[in-house]
Order: sequence, then structure tokens, then C-alpha cells
Amino acid sequence: MTVGNFGVVTRRTVLGASAAACATSAIPRAQAATPAKGDDAMVPVALRINGKDHHLTLDPRTTLLDTLREHLRLTGTKKGCDHGQCGACTVIVEGRRINSCLTLAVMHDGEEVTTIEGLGSPEKLHPMQKAFVVHDGYQCGYCTPGQICSAVAVLDEIEAGIPSHVTHDLNNVAFSDEEVRERMSGNICRCAAYSNIIAAIRDVAGEDKA
Amino acid sequence: MKTFTYERAESPAQAAAAALSRPGARFIAGGTNLLDLMKLQIETPAHLIDVNRLELDKIEATNEGGLRIGALVRNTDLAADKRVRRDYAVLSRALLAGASGQLRNKATTAGNLLQRTRCPYFYDTTKPCNKRKPGTGCAAMKGISRNLAIMGTSDACIATHPSDMAVAMRLLDATVDTVAPNGTKRSIPIADFHRLPGDRPEVESALAPGELILSVTLPKPIGGTHIYRKVRDRASYAFALVSVAAVFTPDKGGRFAFGGLAPKPWRVDAADAAAAQGAKAVAEAALSGARTTRDNAFKKDLTARTLASIFAEARA
Ligand SMILES: Cc1cc2nc3c(=O)[nH]c(=O)nc-3n(C[C@H](O)[C@H](O)[C@H](O)COP(=O)(O)OP(=O)(O)OC[C@H]3O[C@@H](n4cnc5c(N)ncnc54)[C@H](O)[C@@H]3O)c2cc1C
Ligand code: SF4
Ligand code: FES
Ligand code: FES
Repeated sequence: MTVGNFGVVTRRTVLGASAAACATSAIPRAQAATPAKGDDAMVPVALRINGKDHHLTLDPRTTLLDTLREHLRLTGTKKGCDHGQCGACTVIVEGRRINSCLTLAVMHDGEEVTTIEGLGSPEKLHPMQKAFVVHDGYQCGYCTPGQICSAVAVLDEIEAGIPSHVTHDLNNVAFSDEEVRERMSGNICRCAAYSNIIAAIRDVAGEDKA
Repeated sequence: MKTFTYERAESPAQAAAAALSRPGARFIAGGTNLLDLMKLQIETPAHLIDVNRLELDKIEATNEGGLRIGALVRNTDLAADKRVRRDYAVLSRALLAGASGQLRNKATTAGNLLQRTRCPYFYDTTKPCNKRKPGTGCAAMKGISRNLAIMGTSDACIATHPSDMAVAMRLLDATVDTVAPNGTKRSIPIADFHRLPGDRPEVESALAPGELILSVTLPKPIGGTHIYRKVRDRASYAFALVSVAAVFTPDKGGRFAFGGLAPKPWRVDAADAAAAQGAKAVAEAALSGARTTRDNAFKKDLTARTLASIFAEARA
């Protein structure tokens, strides 16, 4: 038995060994009023995912991750730990990256979601997707959709001047490899493709002068 | 996850009233702690009251020269607020030392204060735990206790409060503003907000049933050099073994609050008073009465060394 970094006791935790802003126009939400009595009351949920509106009726327990994967077959977004520890499920909601495993779909009624499928397509890759290919930013690829969604948002966060743990002067936020490493720490890669992931992000940031 | 019914709160007062009247009701904000625990059936609310659409997401100046931080302000936004960066840097630093970018985008001010312990046995439903199941005993006392508390513990529970943000809030003498189900508002000094376990480790805060946090208020800025130093097993994305929040003032004064040591953010008047005498005196005062296990005795040395390091940084 080992104790995971986040308190969970497992024989081998997920973390055991190592360690584009969306349009703001929201769609009208489904009226998720208090459901009638009864334990398994379903709730209506409206989501705009990758620019397309979806009207769903869900068990309120359904996470945003399971909604994407199981109800909409958007299986690009991955489930690693299902507990906020690995980042494989990272998507961009209302312009901000979050762990889709730790939120309920109904909490996002009326909101905009961008997944890896929405960033680009095989015919028309997003620059970050292209850079991951060019720089070999993955091996098995399981963490990659989450890494790419996170990376796109990280560059926006640096651009917006949001500081990080490694920002020396809180009022002066600038791109550096150190900043990217810290900001990407919520995305674990079991294959340890980290150095190539940094190279891909550096490239997209336009910092790859070499 | 156990089944539950879901409701979106209409107003703070309505939310508080609903929380009292619906059996097994809980508020949900970012959900990053509550849903984690619900998946493991450690938390089993029968009814969720979603407070996310309430207008509690602003950071406003107070008449007293401080800041009122809405309960729903996300950790990212609080850390990045220009006034917080300038006047309460220790709070920005503490927030940024916690969790990950994704989690901070979701985690709220109130939810962060009320996040539950990371004691491994609290998470392991096959083991006794007085906090999870009152009266069953404490598996941690004779188990793996490396990340557990050395101050303020009881024979019932030695868990820590894992928040980084709360340590800075404690240092800054914040108050927690609430509304009760009957509509009464009150402000609770942060020192009194988190409870020590005593023989009721399952009761973790001063909140009454149904009471909703509206905001957290910071008094006017105190100036000085702000430092938050978090020591952990890896450089990022891990809970603290020990953390120290400190403000050093030019007159050799200072104040100190500690994370990773106790069931609540730990602050001792005598430690603040010892600031002029240096790190060793502060450590001695802060750790007076420590109760350690074989696994966590190292936290005493680690605290003293962390203090020595930040004194050197501040007084350099
Ligand atoms: C992998 C991982 C790593 C983490 N690492 C760190 C770390 O290093 N440092 C750290 O400090 N934290 C860390 N966290 C914890 C994180 O900070 C908390 O999960 C988060 O702050 C909780 O906020 P929330 O809004 O999501 O709360 P929720 O999960 O929504 O709620 C938590 C509790 O607060 C109650 N609540 C919420 N809002 C109110 C209100 N307005 N009034 C009354 N009650 C309310 C809820 O009922 C619930 O009981 C980590 C979490 C994860 C999953
Ligand atoms: S220390 Fe507290 S939380 Fe941990 S097992 Fe003991 S009673 Fe439970
Ligand atoms: S699946 Fe691991 S963080 Fe969501
Ligand atoms: S590429 Fe395999 S987990 Fe990252």
C-alpha cells in the first residue's frame, strides 16, 4: 500500500511513480429547476460543445466528462483518475481550462465547452496540435488531449498576466520554460513526454528562436 | 456516487433556508472537493444546492480600506486580482502554491476554506476514522501519519486542514461573512472559523446547519514583506508537509501562520511576539506543546528550518 500525493490510499495511485478562449455568447439554459420529489429525477441540460448546441436529459450525477464521452461520444477527452489528479480530462469551459471529471454537467447548463475535437480536426490541426506532432509531444497519447487543451489555455493565462507559483514578480508575468512546467503540472504524462511537450508549447508561443 | 436531487439556488437567503429544510442538503460550489468525496461515498448528500449562479463572485473595496472577497471568487481570480497582488501578496502566493491551474479555475473561496482533510484513512472507507464515521476510532494514530498534524490534535483525530489559502487568510486576520437560514448575517473571525477536533472531529467549522458563506473580508493592508513558503514532496501539485505564511515589518516585527501542522491554520500570539528574536524563538513558540508520532516528528525540524530560511530571505 502506498499513500498517494492527495491522500488517497491505493496500491498504486495514478500519480504513484512520477510526477483559446471561446465565444462568450451563451445559449439559453434549460430550466433546471428543482426536480420533483424522487431520488432519480432527471435534469435537462443544454450545452454548446465545440460550437454545436446539445439538449440533454441527464441523471444529475453525470459529470461533464461522462457527458462528453458516454452521452455524446466525444471520446477525445480522456478519463485517467476521475479524481482531479491527472488532467487527462481537461477541457475548456467558458474560456477556462478545468477538470471535466470533477464537475457536474448540470452545473454548466447554458455554457460553452471546447474539447480537443473542437480545437482542430485531422485536416485542419490547431497550432498546438500540430506542434505536439512536430515535437513528438506524446508516446501513447492518452494524456495528450488534456495536455493540448491545457497548453492552449496556459498560453492564454500567461497572455492575460495571471501569475503562477514560479512568477518572481507577481506583477510581471512572462513566458519561460519554468512557467510552462509549473502551469502544466496538473497534467501528468505516464510516458514522461514532458520535455517534448515543453518544446511544443514553446514553439506555439513563438519563443522557439533556435 | 449516491443519488441526489439538484437545485440551483435563487438567492443566498433562499439557499440557506433550503439547506436547512431539505434533509441531507449540501451546497456545491466548484465541486472539486465535494464531488471527489461523493464519488468515494465519503460524502453522501441527498440534495445538492448549486450556488454557482449567485452573485457572490466580486472582489470589492470595503469602507475600512480592506477587501471583501465573494464566496464564489475562483482561486485563480483571487490570486490574480491586482489589489491582492499588491497589498496581500502572501494570499496570492498561497493560492498559487495550491492544487493545479485547472483546479484553481474552479475552486472557490468558500469551498477552499471548507475543503476536508487529506488524511489517507479518511479516504479509505475500509478503515476506522472518527471524522468520517464518528466513534469508530482513528486508524492514523498507529498507521501512516507522515502528513498528519502535530499541533491542536486530540485523542480522536490527528488530521490536518490541507488548505494553503486558509493559512494566508489566517495570517491576514480575515473574517468569514455568512447568512443563516433565518436570514441573520454574522462575521466570524477566521481564528474561530475552523474547529479543533476535541472529541467531535467530524465538526470542522463554526458554521451552523444551513449557514452559507457570503464573503471573506480582509482588513486594510499591513504592508511589510510577504512570504508564503510551502514545503512538499515535489515542486508542484502536491499538498504541503509544512507551509509558513509570514509578513515581516521593517521594525523587526512579524507575524506567522502555519499549514500542514494542525487541524486548522496554526497561529500563535507568542510566535508573533518572538519575531524580533529570530527564527528559532518563533519556532519554539509556535511548536510549544507539539504531539508527534514516529512518522511526523520530522515536521518540527522542518518547521524550524523553513522559518530560518524565510527569515534569511526577508532580512537579507
Ligand atoms: C488533486 C487535487 C490537488 C489539490 N491540491 C491542493 C493544494 O495543494 N492546496 C490546497 O489548498 N488545496 C488543494 N486542493 C483542494 C482544492 O483547493 C479544493 O478542492 C477547493 O478549494 C474546494 O473548493 P470548491 O469550490 O471546489 O469546493 P466544493 O467542493 O464545491 O465544496 C467544498 C465544501 O464547501 C462547502 N461550500 C462551498 N461553498 C460554500 C458556501 N458559500 N457556504 C458554505 N459552504 C460552502 C460545500 O458544501 C462543501 O462541503 C486540491 C484538490 C485536488 C482535487
Ligand atoms: S486522523 Fe482523523 S481523519 Fe485521519 S483516520 Fe484519524 S480520525 Fe480519521
Ligand atoms: S480524469 Fe484525471 S483529472 Fe480528471
Ligand atoms: S503520452 Fe502516454 S501518458 Fe502522456
